[in-house]
Amino acid sequence: MNHWIVAPVVLPALAGVAILLGARSSLRKQRMLGALATASLLGIAIFLMSQTYDGTVQVYALGAWPAPFGIVLVLDRLSAMMVLMTALVAFCSQVYAVAGSDARGANYHALFQFQLMGLCGAFLTGDLFNLFVFFEILLIASYALLLHGGGRDRVRAGLHYVIFNLVGSALFLIGVGTIYGITGTLNMADLAVKVGQIPESEAALLMSGALVLLVVFSIKAALLPLCFWLPLTYSSASAPVAALFAIMTKVGIYAIVRVYTMIFGAEAGIAADLTEPWLLPLAMLTLVVGTLGAVAGRRLRSMAAYLVIASVGTMLTAVALGNEASLGAAFYYMAHSTFVLAALFLLVDLIASQRGDAEDRLESARAVRQPALLGGLFLLVAVAIAGLPPLSGFIGKVLVLRSALATPPAVWVYSVILGTSLLTLIAMSRAGSMVFWKVGADREGIAMVAPAKGVRVTAVALLLGLVVAMTVFAGPVVAFTNALATQLLHPSEYIETVMSVAMVPAADSVPHGGGSR
Amino acid sequence: MEFLFASALGVLVTAGVYLLLRARTFPVVLGLALLGYAVNFYIFAMGRLRVGLAPIISEGASAYADPIPQALVLTAIVIGFAMTAFVLVLSLRANFDLGNDHVDGRPPVGEE
Repeated sequence: MNHWIVAPVVLPALAGVAILLGARSSLRKQRMLGALATASLLGIAIFLMSQTYDGTVQVYALGAWPAPFGIVLVLDRLSAMMVLMTALVAFCSQVYAVAGSDARGANYHALFQFQLMGLCGAFLTGDLFNLFVFFEILLIASYALLLHGGGRDRVRAGLHYVIFNLVGSALFLIGVGTIYGITGTLNMADLAVKVGQIPESEAALLMSGALVLLVVFSIKAALLPLCFWLPLTYSSASAPVAALFAIMTKVGIYAIVRVYTMIFGAEAGIAADLTEPWLLPLAMLTLVVGTLGAVAGRRLRSMAAYLVIASVGTMLTAVALGNEASLGAAFYYMAHSTFVLAALFLLVDLIASQRGDAEDRLESARAVRQPALLGGLFLLVAVAIAGLPPLSGFIGKVLVLRSALATPPAVWVYSVILGTSLLTLIAMSRAGSMVFWKVGADREGIAMVAPAKGVRVTAVALLLGLVVAMTVFAGPVVAFTNALATQLLHPSEYIETVMSVAMVPAADSVPHGGGSR
Repeated sequence: MEFLFASALGVLVTAGVYLLLRARTFPVVLGLALLGYAVNFYIFAMGRLRVGLAPIISEGASAYADPIPQALVLTAIVIGFAMTAFVLVLSLRANFDLGNDHVDGRPPVGEE
């Protein structure tokens, strides 16, 4: 068994505890431990990614209990890519945070590591209930990270976010309970087999359970009409936290893809293609609402938050089209949008810190201290987000559109994606010209602002570097995401690998109990 | 027993949802707790309602109770407990910071 598979869960857990216990007094130590852990996580993620490159599926049976009785972690192309994306965004966010955002409250780095543990666990697990547990871990860490630094706005946003997600958790348990009650299993591979054999008399109950889960995942993914918690939450979080949260909506999308292509996919018998009537219209509406929100935004932060919703809409549109090319495009676009939105949140913070009292409000105010640097970065981000050539947003949108060409809803997909791209372009141009051009002459005020710290600019540059790399190496990346889509749509190897995990002979010792699930 | 169990679940969920929609933090926390109880009962019932059966393999047992929902409920209770504690502290904090106990952080118009 390849023990590295469990490392992305164990390493942040240990690092978080080490920071809590060993480095409470010294922020410097916390930063060093945190950076070390995140850098190691990045290394491990790259290693795991290289393991899946040839398409093998690897299973890690926790406590050596064979599936479907024990919990398994599964490493396939999809989970490896999600873990790598998490590690990359986390690394850049951490680079930004060590420049001072982490000093506004206690225990930032410990919480950050617990958040990473929840994220990586959610991506790796092959068990539906275990997915719930990792969701809760990442949520409770995100509650605390969101409130980090305190303040009235954060408390108000946090109250909504926490209560909404607690109701979501209750629904998750209802969905999982229903599915368990009918199939008698929670292992995703086993479920994929069992769901196909459900008698017609029980199908309605099973499908209700599955659709309750869709509601829960839509809450996490911010799919319309469950997306209205997001703008306030993301715009009131501190910049590095918001950048890390750029990956959080992707957890919901990941869960939707995993559950509704593998378990309730084409081979699920009566419950096959369950989400088809819902997902595509809702995804396109989400895209429209997100873009309109961005156009109407009166602050850069809330604009960025609405752009997150719009990106969710684009990805789920591609996912809902459901063919191999569109799934591949969805994951290319997912990587692109995660990096670029994380960069936008960080950049907005840099801009806001140089505009005096106006902060990130879109109104005429004094110029920023470093107009060339920040303006240049903003231009890059705007080009990437709006989907203009040459950056990866363009490639991603072209891939999505091309995959939609032969499908019946092509007209709708084309008009919505192209129309919202234009609106996004307008929103970004408006914001950019307001912030960088429509400025008053306040030379003394400008001179009093400190220039952005090099570390912070580096973090933004790293994220934009990833976007550029995704553009330059678009060929290999798309080849990988297409292979990922093929693996997703043909889950037989995944299922066989998971189900063939044999009991380890208990030669020297009786296997220890796995503890509570 | 099924009728009793199902109606208890129904009452808990109804009360929980009603309290959630009160939009004041204390009722909302109580509502979340009631909803959590209902969910725990529900998961438990998904292992089928049976009386007096062994959950682990034992000699002479003719039938077994499903042990997995019991383990799931245990986990859900622990997580639910932690979350309730967190949201309680957060509500108190919101009450001090925002000066009222409405979930939007400001009392609705006309109800100052």
